[in-house]
Amino acid sequence: MIRYALGRLTSLIISLLVASLVIFAVIEVIPGDPAAFMLGVNARPDTIAALRAEMGLDQSIITRYFDWVTGLLQGDFGQSWTYKTPVAELISDRIWVSLPLAIYALILSALIAFPAGIFAASRRGGPGDITIMGATQLGVAIPNFWFAMILVLIFAINLRWFSAGGFPGWGDPLQALKALTLPAIALALPQAAILARVMRSSLLDMLGEDFIRTARAKGLTRRQALWRHAVRNALIPVLTIIGLQFSFLLAGGIIIEQVFFLPGLGRLIFQSISARDLIVVESVVMLLVFTVIVVNFTVDLAYAAVDPRLRAKA
Amino acid sequence: MSRNLIIGAGLSVLFICLAALSFIWTPYDIEALDIPNKLQAPGGANLLGTDHFGRDILSMIMMGARTSIAVALVAVGIGMALGIPLGLLAAARHGSLLDELIMRGNDLVFAFPSLVIAILITAVFGASAVNAIIAIGIFNIPVFARLTRGAALPLWERDFILAARVCGKSAARISVEHILPNITNLMIVQGTIQFSLGILAEAALSYIGLGAQPPTASWGRMLADAQTLVSIAPHTALVPGFAILLMVLGLNLLGDGLRDWLDPRIRVARV
Repeated sequence: MIRYALGRLTSLIISLLVASLVIFAVIEVIPGDPAAFMLGVNARPDTIAALRAEMGLDQSIITRYFDWVTGLLQGDFGQSWTYKTPVAELISDRIWVSLPLAIYALILSALIAFPAGIFAASRRGGPGDITIMGATQLGVAIPNFWFAMILVLIFAINLRWFSAGGFPGWGDPLQALKALTLPAIALALPQAAILARVMRSSLLDMLGEDFIRTARAKGLTRRQALWRHAVRNALIPVLTIIGLQFSFLLAGGIIIEQVFFLPGLGRLIFQSISARDLIVVESVVMLLVFTVIVVNFTVDLAYAAVDPRLRAKA
Repeated sequence: MSRNLIIGAGLSVLFICLAALSFIWTPYDIEALDIPNKLQAPGGANLLGTDHFGRDILSMIMMGARTSIAVALVAVGIGMALGIPLGLLAAARHGSLLDELIMRGNDLVFAFPSLVIAILITAVFGASAVNAIIAIGIFNIPVFARLTRGAALPLWERDFILAARVCGKSAARISVEHILPNITNLMIVQGTIQFSLGILAEAALSYIGLGAQPPTASWGRMLADAQTLVSIAPHTALVPGFAILLMVLGLNLLGDGLRDWLDPRIRVARV
């Protein structure tokens, strides 16, 4: 297990290193002069020179890269050019929208997918199975931002149960959760469709195993064998997918935040893109990539801790 | 042939025909503004209604199909053109440093949140259909590389490959002449799935303004324009949304259907 963990840790560090190099290169090297890019075509040369000095562009590329990375490691994400505040502050304001949204969506996705997948597998080939599988086909084909617009049309505009967008802050937790409900549903549904399919096929694999036959032979009913033996074992691959989905939900939230005007990381990225504030874009993208890579790493480790076969394979 | 295959092929062909037809004919000119005729409901002179500039929505859907299909198709092409050779190479040199490098490189690209990187690429290099293609295409490469390697490895153990080696064929020739034809079906099925994911990705990128730019019509842009109009003219949001949904659904069903149809082992297992 320790050897496996060390191996994974090495690849985690390499991934983060390469990720930081790629992002740094895309932002700071490829577009030519970032200062000129940020200020636009009509900028005066002395303004550009001032920004260049402020961003440290007069230093060598290697120095800049190391300054950026050591800054990130110490929680210093740089200074936003447009907001004139530290990027870390901007991020810490908005993470409290994006992170709860992703967690909320993840819970919803699991709550929908588990029962649906188990029900479909236990009635394989029956009308219930066919209906659920048909619904998942629709679920994976729906663009989530369009689904979000439809939810707004029905539940905010016509029924007036929810507001069409915006976020009141966590001062009143119930109102805050209510504001995140439609976005979370829009994010969760396509993911729930994928998860239900994984749950179903994983459970069907388990139901074909010898130990289920043994359980039935020793006198367990179909229901008991399903819940006590099959579901438990089927959950292992499902949990892996859930881990992967979390990072997708965090990144996918970027678009959903646009639909609902939520002040999260996604909006921060877009506002920074249109303001050409590359410092903010660079750090927020790196933060998201970092989270995704670390979550995947944790899932790998957790999976290996539960299933010794995986350690042996690696 | 299964029902999936027929419905999937039907939907896919419908959209491809609409896109093809748009090269020679659309009901109206989509660049001609007709403000007095704006936000007409579907069913009148304009079959699917008009948008906030009075443009015919059916015509825009046809032109948008062209954009979606072109972007997704080229993105799949990039993934196949680079991914399949990489996968063949990794399988032919199984266990070597090259194999290890290719596979670790794949893992790395997989680890990136694709949407975030696509946004980064289009933000820095400018929003355009071409940059959207590149951004989507990059993430198709590891999909095909991994699939090709996985399918090619067991083939290398087979007797007919051994026979080819005895004949003195090089690893490169064996890969092209013997391995590739045996994994074509798999690639077609995966290509269909990646095609549908490409359509969704293109729609998402153009929805947030980072895909095809006006005046090029795009389903994602139509939805972005419709966002503020959804309460007064729901059809402006419903029509492009259903277009995306049906196209993606069609491709997914086609992929499932093709897999069952092309792979006799699965077919036997179902009977």
